[in-house]
Amino acid sequence: MLIDVHAHFFPEQSLRADWRDYNASRLRAGERIGITIHVTSTLGTFGRRSPTYFPSPADVVSGNDFSLALQRDHPGRVRCYACVNPNDTDHAIAEIARCRSAGMIGLKLAASRRANDPLLDPVCRRAQEFGLPILHHIWQARRRDWPSQEASDGAELCQLAKRHQGVNFILAHVGGGGDWRHTLAAVRPHRNVYLDLSGSGVDGGMLEACLSAAGADRLLWGTDMTMETGWAKLRYLARLLPPADMELVAWRNAARIFPAGSLPSD
Amino acid sequence: MRIDVNAFLGAYPWSRVPGTMPSALLAAMDRVAIDAAWVTHLPGLFWRDPTEGNPWLYETCRTLPRLRPVPAVHPGLAHWQDVLNEAVERGVPALRCDPLSFGLHPAGPELRVLAAACGAARLPLLMAVRLEDGRQRHPNDVAGELPAAAVRALIRSDADLRLIVTHADRAFIEEVHFGSTPAEAGRIWWDISWIWGPPEEHLAMLLATIGPERFVFGTGQPLRLPENALAKLDLLELPAEGRARIEAGNLRDLIAG
Repeated sequence: MLIDVHAHFFPEQSLRADWRDYNASRLRAGERIGITIHVTSTLGTFGRRSPTYFPSPADVVSGNDFSLALQRDHPGRVRCYACVNPNDTDHAIAEIARCRSAGMIGLKLAASRRANDPLLDPVCRRAQEFGLPILHHIWQARRRDWPSQEASDGAELCQLAKRHQGVNFILAHVGGGGDWRHTLAAVRPHRNVYLDLSGSGVDGGMLEACLSAAGADRLLWGTDMTMETGWAKLRYLARLLPPADMELVAWRNAARIFPAGSLPSD
Repeated sequence: MRIDVNAFLGAYPWSRVPGTMPSALLAAMDRVAIDAAWVTHLPGLFWRDPTEGNPWLYETCRTLPRLRPVPAVHPGLAHWQDVLNEAVERGVPALRCDPLSFGLHPAGPELRVLAAACGAARLPLLMAVRLEDGRQRHPNDVAGELPAAAVRALIRSDADLRLIVTHADRAFIEEVHFGSTPAEAGRIWWDISWIWGPPEEHLAMLLATIGPERFVFGTGQPLRLPENALAKLDLLELPAEGRARIEAGNLRDLIAG
């Protein structure tokens, strides 16, 4: 059993002309790697009609509908997060309820609002109400503002996690850019923050440091935009961890934090 | 046979990296079935005279035949021709210069003279686009990344120069390859360490558009997990012949050429 907690598929309404090939490639590579379930999120139209990290309400709905359709088309392979923009709080709250009732198993917050902003509190309360984990986009050490996103770093997510200890947070793509040491220094005491190992980074020493900071019971396997790096980390972890801990990272931790019945293991 | 053209020995100055000792590198090679590795003395790349790491590198590789030394050369230092001559005498597979780390213009007069000398000596010149993701570098690690324009300028500067470029991504490779004549492009080899696999399929695209002849196996270890280069090959729909070329065959041709 292998759960990819950080996957993306692209809708036709995105800027990518090769969206169909991209999606097929993800499923094909997933078969080769042995991924049981891809847990995906769709960030609106990925920039076509509104910015990827600041999706309009209409694009939020459109993206989530695409994710739900994928889940229906691939019931044995795909689950999805509801992606919302917390700047339109009322819309976000309603969208979470709509998506949960349609079968979504988690919540994705990207970079529409900084993680420690109080505006995220009602969204987190809604996630807790439904028992949904929150996958939060993180720039591992944000030394400056980046264009086109209001990126958060690990320390800011930990502030949010401290305010909402009844919610499990998935700190996105430790290998996805920025200084992961900055993140690891922040997460250690926050038991409701899980590290998603995805991202293109395959730095020597990164996985050992993640284990030291969070332990095997707070690591989640994922790929994001590069699946070979995910497979490389999986292969390396298999040499590093005893089988029981390997199972935690590969799927048991995910099965624990997603709602009961969400994954084939349940 | 699998040869890693892109490996290092010694500590990295900007962060603690495990596995930098020769014994650890050999263990990592065993882990992923790499038969041989071309190695450079990593800390030396950050020294004022990067060639001061070469004696240790030569001595280490002398006792460990799976490791082939790729010594550093700094063409802005007066003894650079001695360094080149020693490398030729010792039969190294390539010479390494990372101009921006050394404070040199990447296609300036020093590099052009070195390019011509390497061409005349039939010694491939190896350079990295980067060693680490630019988004995570140490605040004081400010050397620029190798520009694609510099690679185009260098390969045009001498008709005998052969370049091995590591840590390049798809856009970089395409810009240089299709911005060069076929003869120029045929004198550049690219390692696969920084090229994305699925679902972006950058490596598959490059193999289809450029061909497997121009690519060599490289990992960037121990700064990067060597499993990554293997995983991206394992995810390709690539005939065994093409894979064998990438893993060792193209390098053999390069050395023999």
